[in-house]
Amino acid sequence: MLPQWFTKWNSDNPKDIYGPAILVGTLGGAVAVAALLVTWGQPLATDSQQTGPRGTGMSVPEFDRDRLTPDPDIAKIITSEPILPQPGDATAGQFYDNIDPLLADLTVANYDRLVAAMQSWTGIPGLLTDDAADYQNTVAYQMIQMTQSINENWAGHVNANGVVGVTCYTCHRGEPVPSEIWFRLGPVTEGTEGWSSNQNRVTVQSQFTSLPSDALEVYLLDYGRIGVHDLEAHVAAYPSEEGYPTWQDTERTFSLMNYMSNSLGVNCVFCHNSRAFYDTEQATPQWNTAMLGISMVQELNNDWLVPLEDVYPPERLGPVFADAPKAACKTCHKGYQQPLQGTNMISNWPELASTDGPFYD
Amino acid sequence: MAEYQNIFTQVQVQGVPEMGMDDSGEMMEQRGGKPFFSTLLGFFGNAQVGPINLGLYGVISAVCFMIWFNIVGFSMLAQVGWSIPEFIRQLFWLALEPPSPEYGLSIPPLNDGGAFVIAGMFFLVGCVTWWLRTYQLAQQHKMGKHVAWAFAALLWLVLVLGLFRPILMGSWSEAVPYGIFPHLDWTTAFSIRYGNLYYNPFHCLSIVFLYGSVLLFAMHGGTILAVTRYGGDRELEQIADRGTASERAALFWRWTMGFNATMEGIHRWAWWFAVLTPITGGIGILLTGTVVDNWFIWAQEHNFAPMYDGSYGYGAYGTYEGFIGRSE
Repeated sequence: MLPQWFTKWNSDNPKDIYGPAILVGTLGGAVAVAALLVTWGQPLATDSQQTGPRGTGMSVPEFDRDRLTPDPDIAKIITSEPILPQPGDATAGQFYDNIDPLLADLTVANYDRLVAAMQSWTGIPGLLTDDAADYQNTVAYQMIQMTQSINENWAGHVNANGVVGVTCYTCHRGEPVPSEIWFRLGPVTEGTEGWSSNQNRVTVQSQFTSLPSDALEVYLLDYGRIGVHDLEAHVAAYPSEEGYPTWQDTERTFSLMNYMSNSLGVNCVFCHNSRAFYDTEQATPQWNTAMLGISMVQELNNDWLVPLEDVYPPERLGPVFADAPKAACKTCHKGYQQPLQGTNMISNWPELASTDGPFYD
Repeated sequence: MAEYQNIFTQVQVQGVPEMGMDDSGEMMEQRGGKPFFSTLLGFFGNAQVGPINLGLYGVISAVCFMIWFNIVGFSMLAQVGWSIPEFIRQLFWLALEPPSPEYGLSIPPLNDGGAFVIAGMFFLVGCVTWWLRTYQLAQQHKMGKHVAWAFAALLWLVLVLGLFRPILMGSWSEAVPYGIFPHLDWTTAFSIRYGNLYYNPFHCLSIVFLYGSVLLFAMHGGTILAVTRYGGDRELEQIADRGTASERAALFWRWTMGFNATMEGIHRWAWWFAVLTPITGGIGILLTGTVVDNWFIWAQEHNFAPMYDGSYGYGAYGTYEGFIGRSE
C-alpha cells in the first residue's frame, strides 16, 4: 500500500513516535479543553439550594441552564384586571339567559372577562357558551367550584410560600385536557396476582421504574397509609399480619416519593433528612407543605374529579377501567418546585378565590 | 525476549491441550468436553478452554440452575403475554416476585409467588451442590479447602436472604425478587423499611471488609506486578525462600506506612477480608426485622447516631425565588 522507499526509509531510521505523539496529544488536548473552559465557561454549571444543616448533604442541586430559565408557560399566562362593580351594574344573571347560578351574580363585565380568560386557559373556544359541548360546560362549572375550594380551603398548600393561588391555567396550560393526569391501571403484568401483578412494567404511573404502578391509586385515591416505619427499635410483629407494613409497602411508598420528587424537580432531601426518612422532627418545612398537598389531592380526586366520571364522553375516560381522569402533584407542578415558579395567579381573579363570591377591592 | 503475562498476554501458549493429572487412573472418567484454544480468552488468561470436571454435584447443580433460570425467564415472558419484543424491551424491569405477604410460609398460588418458591428451591439446591463440588474437587486435588470455605461464606449470605430470614420472619414474601431492577428495588426498600441499614453495625462491618478487600487486592496485585521483574510473581518460592523481590516489596510498604504484610500472610489477609464481607453482611440481614426493626432508633439508643443540637435555622437557607434568580 505504501511506497517501498517509504517503508525502507522507516525501517532504516527507527524512531519511537508513539511516546512523543501521546505526550503532544495529551498536552495539546488539555490546553484546548482549558482554553474552552476559560473562554466559554463551565457548560454544566450547577447551583444548590440548601435544605438542611451544614454537613448533612441536604441540598437540591440543579443545572444553571434549568435553574435560571423561566418556565416558558409563565409568558403565556393570559390575565386581566378585575373591573370594580359599580352600583347599578347589571349582573350576568340579569343580562344573559340560561346562566348557571354559580356565576349569575357577577357583573356582566367581570363575567365576560372570566369566560374569555377561561376559554384561553383551557383552549376551548366556546367554553361556557352554547358553542361548547354540554359535558364541557358541566365540567367547567364543577372545576370553577373546585378552584374556589382549593384557593379557600387549601391555602396552607397553594399559598404556603406567599399568595399565588390557582386558576384553571395552573393545570390546563391552554389545553382542554391538562397534561400529567393519570388513570387507574389494575394489573400491569399478565397471568399474575397480588404483589406480582402491580409492578415491574414501564408505566407513567411508576415514572418508568420497576416500582409499583398502583402508588397513586393507593395513596392519592384510596387514602392508603404512606408511612412504613416502626417507631421503636423493635416491635413484635410480622409481615404476614394484616396491616403491618412490609418492604413491599415500602416499595409502593418509594414509588409515590419518586413520583413526587419528579413532579417537583427535587430530590429526597428537599423534604426529608435521608438518614431517617420517617422522622418528622428532622423533616424540612417543605415536608409539611407536601403533606397538605397529599391531603389536597386526595380531596380533589375523591370529591371533585371522580364524581365527573358519568359526565365525560368515553374518549376522556381511562384506557383500562374507563375511570375519570385524576390529578396528582405533577398535574399542577409540571416539574417545578412551585407551579409556574411561584407566579401569582389569583390576584386578578377574585371570582375564583373563594366560595363566598368575589370580593373586589 | 518475549513476555508471557496475564491480561493482554502478548505471547499465547497454544499447543497440545493440557489434560491434567491422572494419578488415580480414574480422573479422566469425569472429565468432559473436547479442549480447544481461544485467542480472545488468551488475552485475559489461559487460552485453553476445557476439559471440565463436572462430577455428580456439578450435574445436579447445573440442572438446578437451569431449571431456576427457565422458571424465572418463562415467568417473565408470560408476564408480557409471550411477546419476545416486549420481553427484550422490559427485560431489566421484569421479575419473578416472591409471594404476597399474607401467605406467610404456606405454599402460595403459582401466579402469586408459587413459581418463585419453586424456583428459589432449585436455586438454593444449585448453590449448595455447587459448594459441595468446590469441596470435592479440592479434596480430589489434595488441596486445602480454602476456596470451598470462602464460597461457603457467600452461601451463608445467600441462604440468609432466601431461606433463614424468610423463615424467621414467618413469610416467603421477605425473599429477594429475581429481576434486574426489582432486586435493587428490594434492596432500597429493605434499607428504608428498617430505618436505614447504614446504621446497622454489621452492615458497616460488611462495607469495611468489602472496600478493604478491594484495597488489599489492589495493593497486593500492584506489589507483585511491581516486583515481577525480580521473580516476585513466583510467590510460592518467595514464601519459602525469600529473595530480593520480597525484600523490596516489604521495604516499599514498611517505608510507606511503617508496616508490611508477609509474602504468605497477605493471602490470609485477603482471604479473611473477602470471607468476612458476606459473613458480617449476612448477620446484619438476619438481625433486620427479626431483632431490630428500626436501625436509626437502635443507633440513637446506643449513642451511635448523633442528634443535631439547636435549631435547624431554615430561615437562613434562602428561598426558591432566590434559587431561580428571581428574588426582588
